[in-house]
Amino acid sequence: MAAYAKTGGKKLMRAVITVIGKDMVGILARVSAICAENDVNISDVTQSVLQDLFTMIMLVDISKCKIPLSELSDKLTAAGQGMNLTIHVMHEDIFNAMHKI
Amino acid sequence: MTHGPQRPVIVQYRKELRFIMINTHDILETINMIDNENLDVRTITMGISLFDCIDPDINRACDKIYDKICRYAGKLVETGESISKDYGIPIINKRVSVTPIAMVAAACPDKDPVRFAKALDRAAKTIGINFIGGYSSLVHKGFAPGDYALIKSIPEALSQTEYVCSSVNIGSTKAGINMDAVEKMGNVICETSKLTADRNCIGAAKLVVFCNAPEDNPFMAGAFHGAGEPDCVINVGVSGPGVVRAAIAKAGDCDITEVANIIKKTAFKVTRMGQLVAREASRRLCVPFGIVDLSLAPTPAVGDSVAHILEEMGLESCGAHGTTACLALLNDAVKKGGVMASSHVGGLSGAFIPVTEDAGMINAARCGALTLNKLEAMTAVCSVGLDMIPVPGDTPPEIISAIIADEAAIGMVNSKTTAVRLIPAIGKKAGDELNFGGLLGGGPVVPVNRFSPLKFIKRGGRIPAPIQSLKN
Repeated sequence: MAAYAKTGGKKLMRAVITVIGKDMVGILARVSAICAENDVNISDVTQSVLQDLFTMIMLVDISKCKIPLSELSDKLTAAGQGMNLTIHVMHEDIFNAMHKI
Repeated sequence: MTHGPQRPVIVQYRKELRFIMINTHDILETINMIDNENLDVRTITMGISLFDCIDPDINRACDKIYDKICRYAGKLVETGESISKDYGIPIINKRVSVTPIAMVAAACPDKDPVRFAKALDRAAKTIGINFIGGYSSLVHKGFAPGDYALIKSIPEALSQTEYVCSSVNIGSTKAGINMDAVEKMGNVICETSKLTADRNCIGAAKLVVFCNAPEDNPFMAGAFHGAGEPDCVINVGVSGPGVVRAAIAKAGDCDITEVANIIKKTAFKVTRMGQLVAREASRRLCVPFGIVDLSLAPTPAVGDSVAHILEEMGLESCGAHGTTACLALLNDAVKKGGVMASSHVGGLSGAFIPVTEDAGMINAARCGALTLNKLEAMTAVCSVGLDMIPVPGDTPPEIISAIIADEAAIGMVNSKTTAVRLIPAIGKKAGDELNFGGLLGGGPVVPVNRFSPLKFIKRGGRIPAPIQSLKN
């Protein structure tokens, strides 16, 4: 129900970064570099490569992020286009809302 | 033996787990819904009361209206866009609905209400929204001061403005049907179409005639901010026909009970997304959250069609025998799934069947599978009514009035909202094409029954409220 998840009174701000596209050298490096530049901490990563299709899902902590989430999203999307990848940045609340009762 | 001391630890652990474990499948499913199945939030609509803008001096009233809309909704578009970016959900439209202008215009007798329409239009342009609804009048039981003038001015108002939408409520289960208003609206629709004939009769596409109009509907063209609503409110309309169709397709050859279950589950997810956006918009704009409207609203885009859901259920074409049954199931399952996902559900909530805005309906109408008669039957079980249907330009006003009366009767007897949004395509005959472009789409002109209802329409008066209105 609550749009903002709270634990112990502290607002938890996490986003999910998904990267989908053709596998190539340096995808993880590029994405994590952009995260590091903006003080976004990577909490969890899963990735798989199925017949050349690269899928990576990152759970990141954006509570100390230097720029607004929308700007981070623009940066990563732009970086993705340069490498022919589809990158989505979405607040984790959307998944909690849609898939949990 | 007690588990007392351990419980807080478990609760804490479970809380943490809730945020750590987002399933990979769920994430990819959501992204697929957005990228490939046209999942979106169709509209964030801010309802604004104009009661405090009423003034006997029409210039002052118009200034107050313009100022209030700009003050309240100035950041609506910007906020909508930032929510869209943060959550990665497309939010297609940002709109405003206002108190029915007839109530405001009543204080300025002998003045031309079109000036209010122009004030609304200017405000809409300034704040960057794509439609403003509420050039409306509620006359289901009779005409109050302001109503006559407003209804008379609708053709001019819609032809001289770009963003203004108009609606008139001519009947309700409680009050019956105001046949004098029904007669007037036949003429008003024809006149509106004529005045905008040079722009594909777009005026008529922005005019809805209702029975049982909801006061909190966020969808255009019928949105207005009812008299019982608060000063300002955020209502959200979700969408997602493509997602429902894809989910049914994935299930393959299951029985119809399973189809209903799949629709419920999908509607739940879609509505939860709408609820999240509504709460967030309400928080960021510091405006109370009103309702989420659980509608399946199609667009002309491929893969965003309600007709294709019906076809996925097993019909060769929308309009075939069986369409009404499929639509009844769809409409009901959408509500059942959605109602648990939102704290407040309202508006129209159900499946829309606008012909020109739905790729599947357009095809069905083109090949003759979908006729006006079948559409009328479908409106008995869907959430609105005869929506966005081009009819021949020479259709007499009394036939349009009679179509409105039929539709209103269905709404009145079944205690549901019904509406009529017909577009007399000036200069075109049945089978020709009328194109608006954009969200309004385009489609073939549908033939109407030409036998005359003139004497019935000219009788005037009021159809008494049905026995089912006496619930007290």
